[in-house]
Amino acid sequence: MIQEDRRTGADETPAQTVAIDAQVNGRRVRAAVPTHRTLLDFLREDLALTAAKRACDVQVCGACTVLVDGLPVSACTYLAFEINGKSVETCEGLAQQGALHPIQQAFVDAGALQCGYCTPGMIMITKALLADHPRPSVDEIKEYLHGNICRCTGYKKILDAVLAAAEAE
Amino acid sequence: MLQPFQLHEPTTVPEASGLLARLGDEGRIYAGGTELLLAMKQGLLRYRHLVNIKRLGLETIAFDEAAGRLRLGATATHRAVERSEVIGRRYPMLASMERHLANVRVRAVGTVGGNLSFAEPHSDLATVLLLYNATVTVGGASGRRTIGVADLLLDAYTTALAPDELLLEIDVPALPAGAGADYRKFAFFERPSVGVGAVVIPSAGGGGIAEARVAVGCVGPVPRRVADAEGALAGAPLRGAAFERAVGQAADAVRRACDPVDDLYGSADYKRHLAGVFAERALTAACGHAVAGGRG
Repeated sequence: MIQEDRRTGADETPAQTVAIDAQVNGRRVRAAVPTHRTLLDFLREDLALTAAKRACDVQVCGACTVLVDGLPVSACTYLAFEINGKSVETCEGLAQQGALHPIQQAFVDAGALQCGYCTPGMIMITKALLADHPRPSVDEIKEYLHGNICRCTGYKKILDAVLAAAEAE
Repeated sequence: MLQPFQLHEPTTVPEASGLLARLGDEGRIYAGGTELLLAMKQGLLRYRHLVNIKRLGLETIAFDEAAGRLRLGATATHRAVERSEVIGRRYPMLASMERHLANVRVRAVGTVGGNLSFAEPHSDLATVLLLYNATVTVGGASGRRTIGVADLLLDAYTTALAPDELLLEIDVPALPAGAGADYRKFAFFERPSVGVGAVVIPSAGGGGIAEARVAVGCVGPVPRRVADAEGALAGAPLRGAAFERAVGQAADAVRRACDPVDDLYGSADYKRHLAGVFAERALTAACGHAVAGGRG
């Protein structure tokens, strides 16, 4: 094990880049990404897709949830080069021609947000849930959403929104 | 912030082993990254080279019906184990534990081999594998060897893997027909604070306990089987006052076997108390499954 040396310039490991060719919200993205770039930084800083949020940064809060080949991941703890050849979905890709996705509409209708910081993650984990369980039980909803933290709503309205989204889809 | 590193993507086990031997302390195996990347982001670990082992074809999950053995490839994800039909049917305790491990995002990416190799003391998987008498096959420059999970986990974050070795496969023998098993944990969010599991194998006539297995995790540097608890239960009946007495003795043995630490999730005393309570509940549930015909 090597302890990190935090002195400026002390780390001489050169950055290595990897060429990636991926789909992000249905659009082809080709880029050279440093191996140590997280998917969250790649989305937010390189592609200006800022729906996925940085909050805990240790994959327990769910604010950075995006889908990679349909599976939910914490973009904060997922390396960007891993999306090569894969398809990424973020909250920005959900609305079509200005019309909100049924999950987004259900969150609006249920009033399932206050500050909104957790909402893109909540919506993407709901998309993953409904892909696995189109008619989820309350227990199944809790199983998927327990890793997504909201500090405003108390969750009741979020559960209502997910149930309504399942009906609408 | 992650620091720069060189990425290596071997496609064969000898190539991976050679890289690990050459890189030494500057390199580390990378699979799902759910534990490694956290530690690297926080500056707790620093590696200049990561060896991605996801191109080695180690993600296979296979059950050999004749031998009664499950083989889990090292890079099988928790999600794959959780959703495997045969594991749900033949290893319900394992499937149930996986369904409650961390969160869906971690399970989609994290691997079973990574979980064991990282040797994080708070591992549900390691405790459950001890209950199945699981072994692991590890490979390196000098060939392959098979060791028990207890022999793999030497200390917190420390395994018996040699510098050139990597974990290839986990071998999980099925429990005998009629056995009951149960694992339960106490956890806030992703991190279990106490995990206790039990297996009860009834005697041929079904009147008593032929063999009991009890394991406890998260309350010491490594998960462990509790021989005193198992001894208290062997030969006991499956119900009645003598059963209750044996369960009480086993729970005492579990409390004695714990070596917990105070942290934000509870005092050492509290965790020790919980371990005893969970041992009683796990044993009672496992026994109930055995009486009902078996659920392992």
